[in-house]
Amino acid sequence: MSNGGFTTVENVNPPLPGRGTMAVSSAVNFSAELVGGFFEWFGSLGIFFWQVLRAAVTPPFEWCELIRQLDEVGSKSFPLVALAGAAVGAILSMEASSSLTRFGARSMLPAATVYSVILEMGPIITGLIVSGRVGAGIGAELASMKVTEQIDAIEASAINPYRLLAATRILACILMLPLLTLAADACGVLMGWVAQTLVEPVSLHRFIDSGFRGATFNAFLPPTFKTAVFGLIIGLISCFQGMRTRGGAEGVGRAATNSVVLSSLFVILADVVLVKFILVVFP
Amino acid sequence: MTTDYDIAIKQGGVEEDGSAPVVAVDHLYKSFGSQKVLSGISLTVSRGETLAVLGRSGSGKSVLLRLIIGLEKPDSGWVRIYGQDIAGLAQDQIGQIRKKMGFLFQHAALYDSLTVAGNVAFPLDHHKRGMSRSEQSDRIKQLLAEVGMEGDLEKMPSDISGGMQKRVGLARALALEPEILLLDEPTAGLDPISAGEINDLILKLQREHQMASIVVTHDLHSAQAIADRLALLNEGNVVIEGKFEDLQQSDIGFVKEFLKQS
Repeated sequence: MSNGGFTTVENVNPPLPGRGTMAVSSAVNFSAELVGGFFEWFGSLGIFFWQVLRAAVTPPFEWCELIRQLDEVGSKSFPLVALAGAAVGAILSMEASSSLTRFGARSMLPAATVYSVILEMGPIITGLIVSGRVGAGIGAELASMKVTEQIDAIEASAINPYRLLAATRILACILMLPLLTLAADACGVLMGWVAQTLVEPVSLHRFIDSGFRGATFNAFLPPTFKTAVFGLIIGLISCFQGMRTRGGAEGVGRAATNSVVLSSLFVILADVVLVKFILVVFP
Repeated sequence: MTTDYDIAIKQGGVEEDGSAPVVAVDHLYKSFGSQKVLSGISLTVSRGETLAVLGRSGSGKSVLLRLIIGLEKPDSGWVRIYGQDIAGLAQDQIGQIRKKMGFLFQHAALYDSLTVAGNVAFPLDHHKRGMSRSEQSDRIKQLLAEVGMEGDLEKMPSDISGGMQKRVGLARALALEPEILLLDEPTAGLDPISAGEINDLILKLQREHQMASIVVTHDLHSAQAIADRLALLNEGNVVIEGKFEDLQQSDIGFVKEFLKQS
């Protein structure tokens, strides 16, 4: 049929009868890939964890590397964790001060600060700070070693890379996280006191005494030691992401980013589970 | 000194005739996804012999070396080291065999956080724990002197050239006095003079240590200089295996083309 010399849209781009079906099909494929990738990731992580665990409990033990990693994870994270803990303590004290004054419960300020810092803010801030600093470092370092065949060179030298590289880093994270948490807690409580003293002078002794009144070890130990689980998560995910890297510089960047994002995410998720677990087991 | 080779002879793993294979690759297949890399390769290398594996880029030469040292698992077929199938061994048993092998990676794969001396010390630290500090220091100096790098002990890998990195990689591969040496493109990316120096060095080490060596390369001149036998790979198969003269006299089109272009 003539249309005055113009080509109709239908002629140029005829309607595709299967377009809707194709969209559904591609969405299904995408979802299947996503679900498959999710299970593949967890499966590979499980196998990786088993290999690390098996390597970690069989001699020879890599003591020198473990000490180096304890320094790397612990000493070098200390300033950042202490600073973050101090800031959180000061903020909590200032916020709580205004809220508690409104409800006529200002005398509760030391306890509110101490409990908030030690039960939740200290552990989670330490977990997130370490997952940022150490997670990125481990992920990038191992990924760089992987793409430059240094991990293969270790294996070719008859040295188990799971024992030398992964087990030492994961163990260092597990051991250092509770200690770093104690440092964050101490700085948080101290800065909480400083923040309160600036508004209304109170002695440190009285602040501490009032803050910890009625508290038992059972109240404070589980929240501190739950960070060992955070350490396991940070070390495991970062080593896993680093050691499975493919590609060059882009792969290294991706491994570092994924290490931080995934370990932070899983630290927060684990915290939800652990808080509930602690409330049930240590009521 | 009783070597693994001697033990294997006693156990009946290899023939006691001096030319028995230290490394035997038998009908080896390897694919990555849908990409077939090796399609039934069979090769052998005896003590004191150097086999050069030639082929185009991507013909599976490096994968063959990685299979031999156990960094990859074959889809089917066998890699036998001293008569033992490496794919069937437990991790600690593979470790024992790897201690008898030295591997020079294509890009040297030096540990970038360690100095030149630290790189050579690395296998000694882990496998010669009884060695005193002074003994280890002497051994490192001796190894680096063998490859002409005795003056660069404290340099970092990033501060030395590619050729020097390969020399250090070679010193590291020799640290545990291997009986099998695997060299992946030892002269790739080097200028002709540096490549010639590396070739001379490999020949010298061969004469002194009498190792079974497999050299993967696409450099025909290098292969001709250092190898007793050559094997040419194409599309995952051995097209021809023999001495350099056998390749020259071959009527196979691919062999002629490879020799012409090299």
